[in-house]
Amino acid sequence: MRQFADLCLRPDSMDKPRIERIICKASELGFSLVGISLPAKAERDKVCFFRRVCRDYRADLVTRIDLTPSSSSELLRTLSQSRRKFELVAVKCFSKEVARQAAKDRRVDLLVFPSRNWRDRFFDVAEARLASGGVAALELPMSLVWGCEGSAWVRLLSCLREEVEVAKRFGVPLVICSGGSDVLELRGPHELASLATLVGMASEEALDAVSEVPYNIVKRNREKLDENYVVEGVHVIKRGRDCEG
Amino acid sequence: MRRLKKRYLALTTESSTGQTFSEREVWDALWRSVLRLFGEVGASQLGLFRVRGFDAPGGVLLVRCWHTALERVRGAAALVRGITGEPAAVHVLGVSGTLKGLEQKLRACEVSSRE
Repeated sequence: MRQFADLCLRPDSMDKPRIERIICKASELGFSLVGISLPAKAERDKVCFFRRVCRDYRADLVTRIDLTPSSSSELLRTLSQSRRKFELVAVKCFSKEVARQAAKDRRVDLLVFPSRNWRDRFFDVAEARLASGGVAALELPMSLVWGCEGSAWVRLLSCLREEVEVAKRFGVPLVICSGGSDVLELRGPHELASLATLVGMASEEALDAVSEVPYNIVKRNREKLDENYVVEGVHVIKRGRDCEG
Repeated sequence: MRRLKKRYLALTTESSTGQTFSEREVWDALWRSVLRLFGEVGASQLGLFRVRGFDAPGGVLLVRCWHTALERVRGAAALVRGITGEPAAVHVLGVSGTLKGLEQKLRACEVSSRE
């Protein structure tokens, strides 16, 4: 049976009751893995509190950071500072330079294009080709479609459709999430998958984008962040002087 | 032509102020979303109807559509952001091929939420 993940909850504030309500709602809607976007200097006790709340609501918390660099050098600097501290690293690409660098870098898990304006979205063939050589997935937060009306909305849908098409052509994984900052912006996994089918994904692909793909990304990162991880396929199984047998 | 199967959906709403909406208001919001997404021609292909005369728990709207249109109706429901000017969200509680099956699912949902 599928287990669903919403990797992008962006609460407006780090207010504990508010985040508890969001986690409760996400769990009610059927998500067993929840990613909360935290600030770079997130307080440890708050993170522990969020983990405890997730456990109470039978969900698993993934710590996530959304980087918003203005240049590729800033991206490289912030990546080296943040990579080992968070289980998920997403890069919000507001320029082509940052988008290209993020797609090439194997430390980046998710590529996000938050702009609703088609001119500021850079997920094209070149970007997809770079991303397919790395490990980054393209994230489509459904909150993008909120607050858009008329021709801007139609153009955005058309843009998303093209991006999905390009991602599928180059085998770039797709992740669908709500991107909600409030309880009212959360939607169930099947509803998110249905929204994804509106932009050209098949039903099964859309359901994978809310379940398998995010789970695989988190699993991979948790393995890498484990203290016994050496390199892909190599783990420390025993330490100490007597390591025979 | 092959017979189209039906699917019954139970929809519930949530608002920022905890306000409950009438079936008519939720139905109007859903229908507006459908028209906005698919237009009148597209809406006609969904086979979307409101189910009346069924004893649903309070605050639940029952609708029916063709099984081929289920994803589109879900998508339209997910895009509802407000009802009668009040910020709100529409969630699908359950889907079934029969009203009886849906009723059983709703009862199971009620029991699990009480627990």
